[in-house]
Amino acid sequence: MFEHLIFGKLTLAAIPYHNPIIMGAGGLMGLVAAVVIGSLFYFKRWKWLWNEWLTSVDHKKIGIMYLVLAFVMLLRGFSDAIMMRLQQAIAVGSHAGYLPPSHYDQIFTAHGVIMIFFMAMSFVFGLVNLIIPLQIGARDVAFPYLNSLSFWLSVAGAMLVNISLVVGDFAATGWLAYPPLSELAYSPGVGVDYYLWALTLSGAGTLIGGINIFVTIIKMRCPGMTLMKMPLFTWSVLCAMILVIVSFPILNMTLGMLFLDRFFGMHFFTSGFGGNPMMYINLIWTWGHPEVYILVLPAFGIYSEVVSTFCKKQLFGYAAMVWATAAITVLAFTVWLHHFFTMGAGADVNAFFGIATMIISIPTGVKVFNWLATMYRGRITFATPMLWTIAFLVTFTIGGMTGVLMAVPGVDFQLHNSVFLVAHFHNTIIGGVMFAMFAGYTYWFPKAFGFKLNETLGKYAFWCWVTGFYVAFMPLYALGLMGMTRRLNHYPASTGWHPYLVVAAVGAAIIFCGIIFQIIQLVVSIKQRERNIDFTGDPWDGRTLEWSIPSPPPFYNFAITPVVAARDPFWLEKQAKLNSGKLPEKPHYTDIHMPKNTASGFILSMFGAVFGFAMVWDMPLLSIVSGICMLVCIIARTFNYHTDYYVKVAEVEKIEAAHYTKLSESENSQVAILSGA
Amino acid sequence: MTTPAFNTTIHHIQHHDASSKVIFGFWIYILTDCILFASLFATYIVLYNNTYGGPGIAQVTSLPYGLIQTLIIIFSTLTFGFGFAAIYRGNRNQVMFWLVITFLLGLAFLGMEQQQFAHLLHQGYSWQTSAFLTVFFSLIGIYGLHILVALLWIIILMIQLSSQNLTSMMKTRLTCLSLFWNFLNIVWVFIFTIVYLMGAIQHV
Amino acid sequence: MSNQTLIADAELGTDRKLIKSYLIGFFLSVILAVAAFAIVEQHILTGESLYFALAAFALAQLFVQVVFFLRLNANTEDDKWNLISFLFTILIIMIVVTGSLWIMYNLNYFMMH
Repeated sequence: MFEHLIFGKLTLAAIPYHNPIIMGAGGLMGLVAAVVIGSLFYFKRWKWLWNEWLTSVDHKKIGIMYLVLAFVMLLRGFSDAIMMRLQQAIAVGSHAGYLPPSHYDQIFTAHGVIMIFFMAMSFVFGLVNLIIPLQIGARDVAFPYLNSLSFWLSVAGAMLVNISLVVGDFAATGWLAYPPLSELAYSPGVGVDYYLWALTLSGAGTLIGGINIFVTIIKMRCPGMTLMKMPLFTWSVLCAMILVIVSFPILNMTLGMLFLDRFFGMHFFTSGFGGNPMMYINLIWTWGHPEVYILVLPAFGIYSEVVSTFCKKQLFGYAAMVWATAAITVLAFTVWLHHFFTMGAGADVNAFFGIATMIISIPTGVKVFNWLATMYRGRITFATPMLWTIAFLVTFTIGGMTGVLMAVPGVDFQLHNSVFLVAHFHNTIIGGVMFAMFAGYTYWFPKAFGFKLNETLGKYAFWCWVTGFYVAFMPLYALGLMGMTRRLNHYPASTGWHPYLVVAAVGAAIIFCGIIFQIIQLVVSIKQRERNIDFTGDPWDGRTLEWSIPSPPPFYNFAITPVVAARDPFWLEKQAKLNSGKLPEKPHYTDIHMPKNTASGFILSMFGAVFGFAMVWDMPLLSIVSGICMLVCIIARTFNYHTDYYVKVAEVEKIEAAHYTKLSESENSQVAILSGA
Repeated sequence: MTTPAFNTTIHHIQHHDASSKVIFGFWIYILTDCILFASLFATYIVLYNNTYGGPGIAQVTSLPYGLIQTLIIIFSTLTFGFGFAAIYRGNRNQVMFWLVITFLLGLAFLGMEQQQFAHLLHQGYSWQTSAFLTVFFSLIGIYGLHILVALLWIIILMIQLSSQNLTSMMKTRLTCLSLFWNFLNIVWVFIFTIVYLMGAIQHV
Repeated sequence: MSNQTLIADAELGTDRKLIKSYLIGFFLSVILAVAAFAIVEQHILTGESLYFALAAFALAQLFVQVVFFLRLNANTEDDKWNLISFLFTILIIMIVVTGSLWIMYNLNYFMMH
């Protein structure tokens, strides 16, 4: 009895010793963790890690940590993808493949959960955190402590997902965990509980983050920056955060209801006692559809920035772009039924949502034409971010068109839950979101770190990704039309699907090469950073405010809050300087108000992770203790009355002077080189 | 070159801006809580007839009981308002006094809810009996949890007020709590209408 | 809940204006609650008109709460943002709730017929 109080359902049998794949993967994770922790000890960097990163409330550092999380989870989610492609390439006819169905089911579930919640969302929030305050002339986000909390809550969720690999199981229900399969009766193990707690923790973090960024953009724009003078990335992020604010409560509540069903034996969505599983599907997609727009709107924003910078032209049709983004934001809430046309709501309902789905493609089309019009008669530089953008314009259009195809309910009845659907959403997420993330990563990397990424390796990575994507997913369109359903772990030879799936596996391998190139690119770029260093803060001849400050920016971003008069304010400022021939005036600095670092976000989230783990395994003592610790953490923070400080003028002057010294040194050396000295 | 006076002005403006941001941010949070309750209400409306042979809404609620709870909540909003107005007079003791009154009313409300639940459980009807009882206990229960959080918040604010006085930060926190308390009043109006009133109609 | 008038320290009469607002709101809320109670308990109305009346009372109470207690208005820039966020949320709630109920009703119909 005492044992139960401490360990709950947890026993050593939870670790799957006899499964070589899982033990191998777990061993690899353990090895990586050991190397990281070992390095920290060896190089004596614990204090540095704690002071500079774990307790940081600086949006730039938090943004970089989100990006690190995204990359790590990309590797995790992609290994799931490789395993699935491999299984489907060999499990034909009499071959059962190497993955038993129960394991395969967990893999496709984990793949979806990781890629959407911990890779794509982290990537988006990473770039948003890094850049938005810089683009609006602000010194940080509205609530820096909550920003730190949001990040560490996401990490807590990711930790739970990763632990589930070796301790117990993960959900085997698909990434949205439909009931009744996800109810206790049909998923009695801990998998769905891991799923629920991982998403509850990270979902709370995302909601807080959405509120944070929204308030930042509304309240902290620099003087003169009216809404219609904001950069388009800021506009699309504003709309995406509106979507987060309004849709994530629905996710939290719906997963909460599933939790209540499982933990308290309630009957929201059970298949007996009057429960209604269809209500879960309805509610989860009411969140799920806005979610894809939360991912894609910032992506569109990145493309707008990249296109105008690398075509040296102001974005075509700014107002139209803003209205198109706003229209998408509202319409995102009117189409969700297209994810379950086949559930049987009847012709009237299906027709309404089918038409609404077709309508929502129009504003996106407007945006594509505006990007093309921006490129027309621009002076295009085919740097890596621009390459990603061009690939997006083609790839996303194809994906969008297959979406409009499935918006017709009659067609969807054939294609729902086939691999045609799988190809469509990978087409739009990879072609739309991922290409943007990679473009944004390459575009803003010099701003974050002060040196550019290696351009050649970037191009190799690009070509591998684009080629690999088409080779991996075009066969899936054909297979879907031939009738192959999704999530199959084995199929008869007579279907004729085998050759297509082999091609798809090759495509996945090509994408893998792309990822390898990206890793090599990062390592090489860091090694060669002296060569590619950027003193100006403006390596791409940019147009917006983030390029007007040093790279990397000082921790306070702007020594003097900029005053803005028009769109693309930095571009105008540069043109004015070129034409005026006047020296800049002596700047007038003041004390700068900054937030203090705090361990609160990190500690609260780690207690959250422990709490989630304890709840998964029904460990009463640990649940209660960690729950109380979380509460104490929250309350204790409110008793901290000294959460900010002032940076004195002298220090600001020192930092700014150092930047301008370096700048003039590099300019002088460039002049010397040009004059042949 | 800066002067102390200049810095104080900046300090004051920044505190004003900070309060404005916090209140706006909290208001947005309230709106997300509205959506949370909206999805719970939608689920209630979908499931309230699924009684699975157990008691229905009319058997489980008493309209006069609900009215009394409603009046307690409305009255507590008024008492909180009196406390809030006292901030303008800089009268910390009055603020504390009305916070205590509001707290007691909230406690009374929770007591009534607890009674209602205990009565049902005593009869052998729990959230495990049917989908209707699941959604009934959940909707009222989650509302009660929100009230509990507000009561805890009142206690914490009173502790902080006793040492802090009515600083800009305390005023901001009291404003946020006032938004929260008003929001809870609004949600209860809908619970009273959709659960109690519409439920009582079934009786007819 | 005008942010500006709140933080500006003790404008003369602000607290009296507030209290007046709260008292009016209080009495209106009580009247609406008791009225709604009465028309159900005393069977004053029945059928569809009863549902409409109850909905009207609930919306009226929402209005009273928002105007007299939350004091939502469009006076300053801050207030305008508060108001527009509130209205947008209401819009989304209406779309999600009525959409969900329409969908669930139809799903149920086709399941049972």
